[in-house]
Amino acid sequence: MTALMPKSREQRPRPARLTAGWLAAGVGAVAVAAVLGLAIGPVALNPLAVAAEVLNLLPGVSIHSGLTPQEAAIVTQLRLPRVALGLLVGSMLALAGGCYQGVFRNPLADPYLLGVAAGAGLGATAAVALGVATGIEGGARASGLVPAFAFAGALLGVFLAYGLGAAGAKVRTPTTLLLAGVAVVAFLTAIQTYILQRNLETIREVYTFILGSLATSGWSEVRLALPYAAVAAVVVLAHRRELDVFSVGDEEAASLGLHPQRSRLLLLIAASLGTAAAVAVSGLIGFVGIIVPHMIRLIAGTSYRLILPLSMFFGGAFLVLSDLLARTILPPTEVPIGVVTAFLGAPFFVLVLRSAKRVGL
Amino acid sequence: MTGAIGVSALRVSLGGAPVLLGIDLTVEPGEWVTVIGPNGAGKSTLLRAVGGLLPHTGEVRLHGTPVGQLRRREMARLVATVPQTPTVPPGMAVLDYVLLGRTPYIKPLGRESERDLTAVDEVLARLDLTGLAARELETLSGGERQRAFLARALAQGATVLLLDEPTSALDIGHQQEVLDLVDELRADRRLTVLATMHDLSLAGEYADRMVLLARGAVVAAGSPRDVLTEDLLSAHFGGRGRGVAGEHGPLIVPVRAPRRR
Repeated sequence: MTALMPKSREQRPRPARLTAGWLAAGVGAVAVAAVLGLAIGPVALNPLAVAAEVLNLLPGVSIHSGLTPQEAAIVTQLRLPRVALGLLVGSMLALAGGCYQGVFRNPLADPYLLGVAAGAGLGATAAVALGVATGIEGGARASGLVPAFAFAGALLGVFLAYGLGAAGAKVRTPTTLLLAGVAVVAFLTAIQTYILQRNLETIREVYTFILGSLATSGWSEVRLALPYAAVAAVVVLAHRRELDVFSVGDEEAASLGLHPQRSRLLLLIAASLGTAAAVAVSGLIGFVGIIVPHMIRLIAGTSYRLILPLSMFFGGAFLVLSDLLARTILPPTEVPIGVVTAFLGAPFFVLVLRSAKRVGL
Repeated sequence: MTGAIGVSALRVSLGGAPVLLGIDLTVEPGEWVTVIGPNGAGKSTLLRAVGGLLPHTGEVRLHGTPVGQLRRREMARLVATVPQTPTVPPGMAVLDYVLLGRTPYIKPLGRESERDLTAVDEVLARLDLTGLAARELETLSGGERQRAFLARALAQGATVLLLDEPTSALDIGHQQEVLDLVDELRADRRLTVLATMHDLSLAGEYADRMVLLARGAVVAAGSPRDVLTEDLLSAHFGGRGRGVAGEHGPLIVPVRAPRRR
């Protein structure tokens, strides 16, 4: 056994962390997706002019974009809130998915695992049924009832799963929480199906919610989701190193000085809160939360210090590009965004999976 | 009850079944004590309880402080554990794995400082792992992997090292390499070692003292010569073994039953 003299730090491998290169790649992906999302549509606009118009919104910045007032209004009033919501929802679903996968040490975990989706679906169904029954003008979705009820339902689903996840055992383990989530999903879905059967005229609107959409998005949806998403992002990102420690299991993590149960609870509440906010304003958009973190894992490595922040950047960019396709591929109709995320994401993911040197799942 | 580790009237139940029935044990600073005993005797449970990982009655003290009065992070700075089968995180590089050992020094929500990186560099160099720092843990050989497990424990900077079957998956060469290394580190860093082992000869070669555990109770304690007797082993392991004089204590040779004609 030879005791080697340590080389200087620069000559050694660096620990996994978000480097300037990765940060630039993430910011670049978001910028490219946002500019494309703002420039492409029924009225095609010059991407550089669009970028200038957006920069013009920043305080202290004054650039002549060259867009007409009508074109500027299309960018700032119609497309910008939709792009902003796409970035918000995509980044939140991808972050929550990565967080769930780390907390449960399960590559199949997604943000809807603990009853968030079932609760939101039930809430939306109840809102639509209530809207129809009470004759709300413009429908329940336009009135703001659907997001509010979906958000409440999503939280109800999560708290039921947490509550049941500890019943019969003194501690919540990943397995008891997963099983409780399965039971809650089955129960809430049954109630949702019953309400749908009793109110058949609501099926179309509920179906739209279940497929997910950014079509009705405006700044009000962004304002509704943003505070919860911000809190969730801060809490989850602040614990990204702990998620790496969780990868050795609860007992070893405890021997390293952590409180796995306490941290797990905090992380799941934060991720579920962010997911609930995203679902409330965009419906149930599948695939983003499970595929984006895995793509990052395959490309950048298995450390959550990289996976979580990069998932936010690339999840947001991915959803904006998916939405762009959803609204332009078959004009004037919109393809459900969930269909596009799966259509785009699945082949790309398989490509990455087959070409990656390591899987690390 | 003083010493680096002080255990008094320790009782532990798992799933409602009593596993440890009142253990008394003291390990002095710098001493190597190995716990032996048949399967199910409670050896691993004893180590987990000393590491503060199991609820218990009675008292466990580390350098005189009851573990109940220590916070998790304080505990992790005092005692480091290498479990019998450590989890190997998929895709994790050796450097990142060993850095996990610095967790008790990193503020909640913080990240590693230069001091942490330097401490890990020193441990990697000491355990001849510098060249493997960028390799994924799961690609290492059994002996290299065991050194990486040990490196993570050393990175904790604890003075008490708990080793649960540290050589069970290794061939004889790597067994000796790992145990020699632990012994060197014990001398270098004045570590206190509490280990469990199934290989009685190896256990006797390296331990200052041995404790024989059976059915959750200490049935013998003392030097390897006192504990590794044919009578005790026959009574508590139920096997047939013969003690052969070795340099540091008896070497236990298993003997099969008479052949049937």
